[in-house]
Amino acid sequence: MKRLLGLAAFAAALIASPAQAQQITVKIGVMSDMSSLYSDIGGPGSVAAAKLAIADFTKNNPNVKVELISADHQNKADVGSNIVNQWYDVEKVDLVIDVPNSGVAFAVSQIAANKNKVFIVSGAAASDLTGSKCNANTVHWTYDTWMLANGTGTALVKTGGDTWFFLTADYAFGHALERDTAAAVEKANGKIVGKVRHPLNTSDFSSFLLQAQASKAKVIGLANAGGDTINSIKQGAEFGIVKGGQKFAGLLVFASDVNALGLQTAQGLTLTETWYWDANDANRAWTKRWQGERPGKFPTMVQAGVYAGITHYLKAVVALKSATDGKAVVAQMKALPTDDPLFGKGTIRADGRKVHDAYLFEVKSPAESKYPGDFYKLRATIPADQAFRPLKEGSCPLVSG
Amino acid sequence: MFEIFGIPSTALFGQLLIGLINGSFYALLSLGLAVIFGMLNIINFTHGAQYMLGAFAAFLLLQHTGLNYWAALIVAPILVGAVGVLIERAFLQWLYKLDHLYGLLLTFGLALIIEGVARNYYGSAGLAYTIPEALQGGQNLGFMFLPNYRAWVIAASLVVCLGTWFVIERTRLGANLRAATENPTLVRAFGINVPRMIMLTYGFGVALAAFAGVMAAPIYNVSPQMGSELIIVVFAVVVIGGMGSIMGAIVTGFGLGVVEGLTKVFFPEASNTVIFVIMAIVLLVRPAGLFGRRA
Repeated sequence: MKRLLGLAAFAAALIASPAQAQQITVKIGVMSDMSSLYSDIGGPGSVAAAKLAIADFTKNNPNVKVELISADHQNKADVGSNIVNQWYDVEKVDLVIDVPNSGVAFAVSQIAANKNKVFIVSGAAASDLTGSKCNANTVHWTYDTWMLANGTGTALVKTGGDTWFFLTADYAFGHALERDTAAAVEKANGKIVGKVRHPLNTSDFSSFLLQAQASKAKVIGLANAGGDTINSIKQGAEFGIVKGGQKFAGLLVFASDVNALGLQTAQGLTLTETWYWDANDANRAWTKRWQGERPGKFPTMVQAGVYAGITHYLKAVVALKSATDGKAVVAQMKALPTDDPLFGKGTIRADGRKVHDAYLFEVKSPAESKYPGDFYKLRATIPADQAFRPLKEGSCPLVSG
Repeated sequence: MFEIFGIPSTALFGQLLIGLINGSFYALLSLGLAVIFGMLNIINFTHGAQYMLGAFAAFLLLQHTGLNYWAALIVAPILVGAVGVLIERAFLQWLYKLDHLYGLLLTFGLALIIEGVARNYYGSAGLAYTIPEALQGGQNLGFMFLPNYRAWVIAASLVVCLGTWFVIERTRLGANLRAATENPTLVRAFGINVPRMIMLTYGFGVALAAFAGVMAAPIYNVSPQMGSELIIVVFAVVVIGGMGSIMGAIVTGFGLGVVEGLTKVFFPEASNTVIFVIMAIVLLVRPAGLFGRRA
């Protein structure tokens, strides 16, 4: 009798389960630089943002179960590839997100396409990710080199900075940023008078700064990121670059970099970002929650992009009721309009490019800054349809057909 | 005005001077390493982390006690040196009789721990530290703009390097120290407290690293990884100069700074490899290094 009851219960469970078939399990991997120069831009802060996104989404969609793992790619494409291969094959990860460092991001994008999984780029910048090297499994969320170049480059030429010298980090990202900025500057009738390419993680820039100074260019474009940008600006102040009438253009400067420089050194710097923690009440509220995990820090646009990217990804998965077919999920992400508390309403284009407004900021002086984290004043808003490279100019095979 | 390989001579002089300034950091750091290796036979991989601790100490002293740069220049090396003494007492003193490899692994592990802890509390982006008031601005030398702070770096580094060399090679204290490393048992028989001397020597080497860290704070990004970026180059400098040779470390430090500076003009992409190319060549031709004695 007992056994019969047991069997009946088992059968009932079997019958009942189709009603619960909506239960969707998703596994997300945040791969970032956890221990080196970009770890404050993405890193543990991206993991914190991912946790918030998952918590918010599963609260309203209790049938979705999300597992989160993370890893450090150490800024090495081979290390990153190994991890991602293992994630997709063994760990059954459905989505890889973040990946600052364009060199690693290119490798991951390729793997995601080969294995038909999903990759959302938030940390990496190279615009080729949605250009010549685009694929149907990759979405580029937060920003890219074209958008940075277009925002800062065009704005500075318009205000008189018509001769440029580049300090470029010698790898995929730096080259892309330099190329895109040079194009934007020349399009606005500016001139490139010289450039120098420095190795990643250089501590002393004085030699390069001297070359920049000798070039007499009005603007010194910093096509680098993280510690390299900080060192360039810090030592540039020392060598009297700004006092001598030249201007730095931070082509990729994050809130965390401004914090590291201090406003005394960074004031007056012009830069472009797509998200700023202090821009509106929604961002401030989110920042407060994020700071629960990262006390005393301020989130960057990359971390905000991780939150928004995961949110939109989960919406697409729920609409499809499955996360297994990466191409289908990305197609669904493109079909659905995006709407999240941080980036507002937007779309993902055919080439995988997420488009939203971009903002031209100027770093405040110490006197203008009223509280910790009060870094920027807004100089201009670049509307979404102008902020990113026009769809046809990217030579993405998905677009030309 | 004449040109050398298409580069105006004025620009070249500027780059030579810049090279010397970078060289003074290499010299300061490799000096500490050479002292520690020469006297203790320990390959101190914690040196980069101790350099970073010096810069962090300067930042924290300013933030929490209001001690300015000049005070930090004295206080930070003493504090970090004291930490070094603790490390020596707790760990290193048990390793002198073992293979170099053990010391290397221990100090490497310590460096990872120290950097990890710093990153956990302060993040990787860095901390803001400005140039002291008295050293802001600079001089126009005609061929380049020389920031006052850089001039100070060269001067301070030269004084400290030569002072250290003098103490170790030319004074009674230095003679005792050198004797103690050659034959500790005999020196002890003369009534000299050898373990204490060794302990203080390690502390001094570490203090040198911290001193370099304070010097670096106003011009380099003060971040947990600032030491690990530099330490590999500094090791190459020590190997080229000859492990344990004090004068070798100083001369090669300055020399390689200049070589690297020139590479940054003629072939910037190679500027972080050139030192290792030189290291490979030197090791082929003179395995003991330029100033090293054959073991």
